[in-house]
Amino acid sequence: MTDKKAPATLDAQGGSHMLGGNRAVIVSTTSTVVFFAVLLGVIFLAPQTQPFRDMFLDPQAMRESFFGVPGEGIPAIWRGFLINIEIFLIAEVLILILALIIAVIRQIPGPAFFPFRLVATAYTDFFRGTPLLLVLYMFGYGVPAMGIQGLSSFPPAVYGTIALVLSYSAYVAEVYRAGIESIHASQLAAARSLGLSQWQALRFVVLPQAVRRVIPPLLNDFVSLQKDTSLLMVLGIIEAARAAQIYASLRYNYSSFVMAAILFILMTIPLARFTDHLIERDRRRRQAGE
Amino acid sequence: MTVEALRLEGVHKAFGKLEVLKGIDLTVAEHEVVCLIGASGSGKSTLLRCINLLEPINSGRIVVEGHEISGKHVNADKVRRHIGIVFQAFNLFPHMTVLRNITLGPIEVLGRSREAEEDRARGLLAEFGLADKENEYPDRLSGGQQQRVAIVRALAMEPSLMLLDEVTSALDPELVSDVLRTIKALASAGMTMVIATHEMSFARDIASRVCFLDEGVILEQGSPEQIFTSPREERTKRFLQRVTDSGRAG
Repeated sequence: MTDKKAPATLDAQGGSHMLGGNRAVIVSTTSTVVFFAVLLGVIFLAPQTQPFRDMFLDPQAMRESFFGVPGEGIPAIWRGFLINIEIFLIAEVLILILALIIAVIRQIPGPAFFPFRLVATAYTDFFRGTPLLLVLYMFGYGVPAMGIQGLSSFPPAVYGTIALVLSYSAYVAEVYRAGIESIHASQLAAARSLGLSQWQALRFVVLPQAVRRVIPPLLNDFVSLQKDTSLLMVLGIIEAARAAQIYASLRYNYSSFVMAAILFILMTIPLARFTDHLIERDRRRRQAGE
Repeated sequence: MTVEALRLEGVHKAFGKLEVLKGIDLTVAEHEVVCLIGASGSGKSTLLRCINLLEPINSGRIVVEGHEISGKHVNADKVRRHIGIVFQAFNLFPHMTVLRNITLGPIEVLGRSREAEEDRARGLLAEFGLADKENEYPDRLSGGQQQRVAIVRALAMEPSLMLLDEVTSALDPELVSDVLRTIKALASAGMTMVIATHEMSFARDIASRVCFLDEGVILEQGSPEQIFTSPREERTKRFLQRVTDSGRAG
């Protein structure tokens, strides 16, 4: 009976929110307007506002950097940004797979699998402890320098993507692992009691629950990955941030950086909102379940 | 002529330094219902988990239908197909519907076809008064319904032996009778069962034999009449007295 009552209480709370709804809208609108008015006031009323705006917020420069100036060797930020998106999408899929494999390997019990667990642990320690920038240099310059036939002659974007995948997989594997360990041992016992093998129990019972539980932190890591694709500029890849840098150095105007930043923000916001939505849905479901 | 379903010989189990089972000898015949009673911590649950090989034993032998299952080279997954266990906390899979909870084992472990298994599961659900629940997720069910689903899930593997580990302890009092009725139906159908329970009136009602566990050994066993009306051991008397005082004897 208590179960049945819980949703009714929630409805009642929702109802009281609705009553105060108009007032809440007025308050939030007012505070938003005031906040942004102050922010714009600081920017436009600062003593050096005109030089600042010319340097960072020049609409003309932003437009020029966005489309690029082919004749003067200025690359278009939008073209560079397509590379960011492409690298992100490819890396994301590979990270999800590699990280899951590593997390699962670290879970396999039994002395025979000790070397596998050791390698997986060492991998995680190494790539979590090494700055992404160093990993990028190691793969982007190191592997081509080794001169191994068939391995040393890919375009720099390939090495850069591999570096991203290796580095992020170490983090994401830990996220998966936290999810796996959060599933109570009784679930595994129930699965094994039906005659499922350790692997089947992991596949049908533990992993589906674990992955569902870690989707919000996973998406959070991917918001981070979207931005970090710009680090591939150190390998000479002309992605959005590098294109902006080239523009800034030739025109002595930093508006191109603001342009690139806007693009990155526009890309990460949907994912960030989607993460919020999932967290909120989880919270509601837990409350309903209690 | 009775057929032996389960035999335990000198089963010892320790968790680190803590000895939980100190030499359990027990024989269960086919179609017999053996109730394990005893205080919390006396080793009832551990004994059931050992029989299902969820816990490895330190010494002794466990023999099921003439096959020793406690040996080193036994495939535990195969043994568990024939031994169903139902847990105190249900342990249903929360991300699966009731139907999938029940068919997972038969489909993935026994390799049976989905259609046939779903039909069979629906039949079992109807039999246990859960006909309209097949597409629900466990958290939408009452505790009593969840526990009955857990019993159906174990039955779907067509086990020759069922182990019930205090299956009513986590339930609200008004939901207990539903589950007990289900277990009685199983007993009348001839299922061999070993039941750890705190419900003394239920044990008296259903058991062909009652074993009193105390500090890791079976201190006394006998018919329900004998154990509940004229226990031989002083400790059994004291345990039953405490249970009666707390009002659980019914």
